[in-house]
Amino acid sequence: MKIRRRDFLKGIAASGLLVAAEQNPAQAKRARKDLPPNAVGILYDSTLCIGCKVCVYACKQANNMPAEHTKANEPMWDDPQDLSAKTLNIIKRYGVEGPKDSVAGFAFIKRHCMHCLDPACVSACPASALVKNPENGVVTYNKKACIGCRYCQVACPYNIPKFEWDSPFPEIVKCQMCAHILAKGGISACCAACPTGASLFGPVEKLRIEAKRRLSMTPGEYYDFPVANIESTEVQQHRAGGYVQHVYGERELGGSQVLYLAGVPFANLGLPDLPEDSYVALADGIQYAIYKGMVYPLVVLGGLIYIIRNREEKKE
Amino acid sequence: MQERQALGGRLLTVPFKVCAAIVLIGLFFLGKRFIFGIGSVTNLNDGYPWGIWIAYDVVVGTALACAGYSIALLVYVFNKGEYSPLVRPALMTSMFGYTLAGVSVIFDIGRYWQGYNIFLPWLSNLHSVMFEVALCIGTYILVLWMEFAPTMLEKFKADELKARLNRVIFVFIALGVLLPTMHQSSLGTMMLMAGHKLSPLWWSGFLPLLFLITAVVIGYAAVIFESLVSSIAFKRPLEMHLLSKISAFMPWMLGLYLVVRIEDVNLRGYLPLAFDGGLLGNLFLLENLLFLAALLILAYPNNRQSPRLLFIASCAMLLGGGMYRFNTYIVGFDPGTGWRYFPSVPELFITFGIIAAEVMVYLWFVKNLPVLPRLKKA
Repeated sequence: MKIRRRDFLKGIAASGLLVAAEQNPAQAKRARKDLPPNAVGILYDSTLCIGCKVCVYACKQANNMPAEHTKANEPMWDDPQDLSAKTLNIIKRYGVEGPKDSVAGFAFIKRHCMHCLDPACVSACPASALVKNPENGVVTYNKKACIGCRYCQVACPYNIPKFEWDSPFPEIVKCQMCAHILAKGGISACCAACPTGASLFGPVEKLRIEAKRRLSMTPGEYYDFPVANIESTEVQQHRAGGYVQHVYGERELGGSQVLYLAGVPFANLGLPDLPEDSYVALADGIQYAIYKGMVYPLVVLGGLIYIIRNREEKKE
Repeated sequence: MQERQALGGRLLTVPFKVCAAIVLIGLFFLGKRFIFGIGSVTNLNDGYPWGIWIAYDVVVGTALACAGYSIALLVYVFNKGEYSPLVRPALMTSMFGYTLAGVSVIFDIGRYWQGYNIFLPWLSNLHSVMFEVALCIGTYILVLWMEFAPTMLEKFKADELKARLNRVIFVFIALGVLLPTMHQSSLGTMMLMAGHKLSPLWWSGFLPLLFLITAVVIGYAAVIFESLVSSIAFKRPLEMHLLSKISAFMPWMLGLYLVVRIEDVNLRGYLPLAFDGGLLGNLFLLENLLFLAALLILAYPNNRQSPRLLFIASCAMLLGGGMYRFNTYIVGFDPGTGWRYFPSVPELFITFGIIAAEVMVYLWFVKNLPVLPRLKKA
């Protein structure tokens, strides 16, 4: 019996690695993900946004989304307060009240899916209903695959996916960067509609360069700003705002294809301060260390079957 | 094999009828959920997409159902045959607990009619922790029914079938040890992805290990609790000789847990959060004090001979472990956008209905199937 037990312990030594692998969980993370070859994205510049919300309207038109009535006494307007199962894109105003000549003021922020390079929702989804296009990197949703478990909502660090709580046949709803328009060679509706170039569509590589260019501008001077699509020739002249020297989305959680520039700290705009390694990379790394692609579990199962069968035979 | 007996007796007792009433109320709200959507009966929202149906029914419920796993570890892996009288009741609680967790997942997922999508090879996402959990729990439910099948075959006198099953049962027993080890730790891994939305008092790279330990601790605590309660309820002698021996393992498990849990928070520098007087800090302290209390009680061999102290210790472990899991999934979770969640009454009644159904099936099984050990005539 003693020999058998030793054999068995050898078999389950692998599961001891479970503990060993976790001794320093921070080192278990896997490498970051690269930008897809033809990645497209959106650069939103809060200093150029005038808060007209024409992008919110254009988004609803392009994606056949219903109007939302959050104020019961004024039912004729579409007045979403935040992203919801009816609103894929929203402009929010963050303000500081106070006397004149103080820090009082306000700034706009546009919220929708960030199209992360290492999207938590895609990794979380058990049925591959959320996938990241390997070419342009757009994260899309397939209702025919979705089981409605809502793990994507738990996993998304930006709280983007929304659920149709009041439907017996609910779907997950999120910005898909107007994938249906991109497929026909067009650009995202919000960028096409934006009158000031605050929402700018284009290849992520070019958007990153453009963002860096803006950060190096002298506040108050006039510069050319491209409108709608960075690859078009249409430009407008604007005074450069005083930028916070940070491109939000360039490195946050491994980076995203939507980038933000702003004149106020991003935390004031509801964008959390996030580490550079994604939680996905950490979770994947730990899962891999424990399972080594199902090799360890099979070894353990073999050990268990061996020892339990010997026991049962001995009994008979 | 030891002799077992069906208890017999009247089924329609008062507790059975009360449970039936709760199940009916639950069924009413369940009907509403399927006709008008999840939002019509729950307080779930886009900030808190998971509520008690996941946190209690699945995450805590399957831990309570780890009784079978914990006893199987003892009897089959560590070869402690003397505990085999505990195997059948433990397996049975596991079978109900896991089956009902599986059923409540169907109530919770929005697009239940295509839930099988997870298991279609061209849709399965092998990188998803949820996929692994679903596959393991699904398989484990089948394994539990196979492990329990001999009990039912005995009842129906299907001896030939039972003999045939017994020849391959070792495969199911082995799977019955492996699968919970995998998915119980993965239930912890699952919340790694919540990242900054989960309070640093709970978010940790050690989530998988801590979830595995709490599964084992809660599993043994459930065995002790169930054995004591059913002995008293059915007026049977207490199985103290076995229970006090089992509880001798617990101080080690609890000690390991507390060292990892506290030291992990401490090394990451968040221990001051525990003492800031806020709700989360207090809950963190309470969780760990409950485990510490159980540890202190069970560390003394004399205490382990006392049914009263064993009962108190098992309650402390069930509460402490249950709270740890519940807090990881709900209380410590804050999406940070002003969302709030507290379960609604219909939502609670669906969960109560599931628990009541479990009690009803338990009563029917022990009265009609040879589950509990046969008493020797004095």
